[in-house]
Amino acid sequence: MEELKKVPLNNLHEQIGGKMVEFAGFWMPVRYSSDKDEHLTVRNNVGVFDVSHMGEFWFRGKQALPLLQKICSNDIAGLPVGKAQYNYFPNEQGGVVDDLIVYHLAEEEYLMVVNASNIDKDWAWVSRWNQEFKADIENVSAQMCLFAVQGPNAVATLQKLTDEDLLEMPYYAAKRLQFAGLENVILASTGYTKKGSGSFEVFVPNAQAETVWQKIFAAGAEFGIKPIGLGARDTLRLEMGYCLYGNEINDTTSPLEAGLGWITKFTKDFVNADNLKQQKEAGMPRKLVAFKMLDKGGVPRSHYEILNQNGEKIGEVTSGTLSPALNIGIGLGYVPLAYAGVGSAIYINIRNKNLKAEVVKLPFV
Amino acid sequence: MNIPSELKYTKEHEWIKLEGEQIAVVGITDYAQGELGDIVYVEIETVGETLDQNALFGTVEAVKTVSDLYLPVSGKILEVNASLGSQPELVNANPYTEGWMIKIEMTNPAELDALLDAAAYQALIGA
Repeated sequence: MEELKKVPLNNLHEQIGGKMVEFAGFWMPVRYSSDKDEHLTVRNNVGVFDVSHMGEFWFRGKQALPLLQKICSNDIAGLPVGKAQYNYFPNEQGGVVDDLIVYHLAEEEYLMVVNASNIDKDWAWVSRWNQEFKADIENVSAQMCLFAVQGPNAVATLQKLTDEDLLEMPYYAAKRLQFAGLENVILASTGYTKKGSGSFEVFVPNAQAETVWQKIFAAGAEFGIKPIGLGARDTLRLEMGYCLYGNEINDTTSPLEAGLGWITKFTKDFVNADNLKQQKEAGMPRKLVAFKMLDKGGVPRSHYEILNQNGEKIGEVTSGTLSPALNIGIGLGYVPLAYAGVGSAIYINIRNKNLKAEVVKLPFV
Repeated sequence: MNIPSELKYTKEHEWIKLEGEQIAVVGITDYAQGELGDIVYVEIETVGETLDQNALFGTVEAVKTVSDLYLPVSGKILEVNASLGSQPELVNANPYTEGWMIKIEMTNPAELDALLDAAAYQALIGA
């Protein structure tokens, strides 16, 4: 087995009480105090996630845009400088290589953030397509730290560290600015915790990462800022209904069934576009839905069976948890279209009991 | 890490405490609750049943994970901690006291001798 990688601030996380676990090939803090407490800290206050395990690629030069247009599902041609866009890489078999965010930082300069578990696969994929396009590409995943500062008090916290007016920054924007005494820090108003409500991500070179982390915590001290682990990160993303690569989407799942049609733009040519267009026109037999438990008696988890009222298996849960905000079981899973409408009754097999659930609209909170 | 010296432990991270010659109380250890995280649901539906040592007697659900509960010694399940129905977080807060899980009547108390003492359990978890 490959040795576990450590993020640059690994020792700091261990010192401040992070419980470290293996995740996506990295040794990562899953929680510092309590999953619920950390979750609610982000919903109601402000918390910081060290997501430095995630991958960062640069795309530069005249060929950057043509390459990105070919390998990404969304239309990047219309993405203005200073804005970010959600995307995925379609593969040639109808599945998904990875989901990712593209940041347009300057003319002919794009930054991409990919999932930690897929860095090597993605880089191989990008490099393969770049043989044709010959853009200037660079994998800086191991040189960059990424901190997600999230929650209603994130703006007030970060505003102390920069002269730029952060309230002026719309959701899904990104820019280089002076931050925490450093020049050219990339700050993005992206995040998965709640749309537009104090979602920020800060990209920092490894050498300055600890200083920036400490300054963020000093700035947020008056609010009771806390470090947040992967456990709360997952419950927060699930309450928003966001897909997690490896759970909802993978190399074999249809992006259209997963609800990623909105970032699949047939206005341009891209990898496997014809196949996906045919899929769209033919209609999908099943769909990713969100559900909440109506019966008590257990928490839905990934791979649990989804049943209809006759007890017949109709699908599987892809992600499930107890929602810390709602205090009920929630989840995502694929079901046939007949069961995909909001309000549909479905059942989850939890320890051989068929517990009633209801298909609901996203987000959960 | 809290590992009371008067209790016996299993490799599955349960503790057992004697309350008389045949009666004992069972729960999960401080280490176990810490590994699981916030406990949100304790399901024990074996009251009245007589089960063998190491038999599954229930399930504990945390926000992020689910784990089975195994009986440290053979016996009859007499009682479940009713407080856990509305306050499963007691297992996190006080795993050895208010967070107890079941009371049993042991059918073979000699099985206790083979369980871990506090020092052996501490060595097991590397605390």
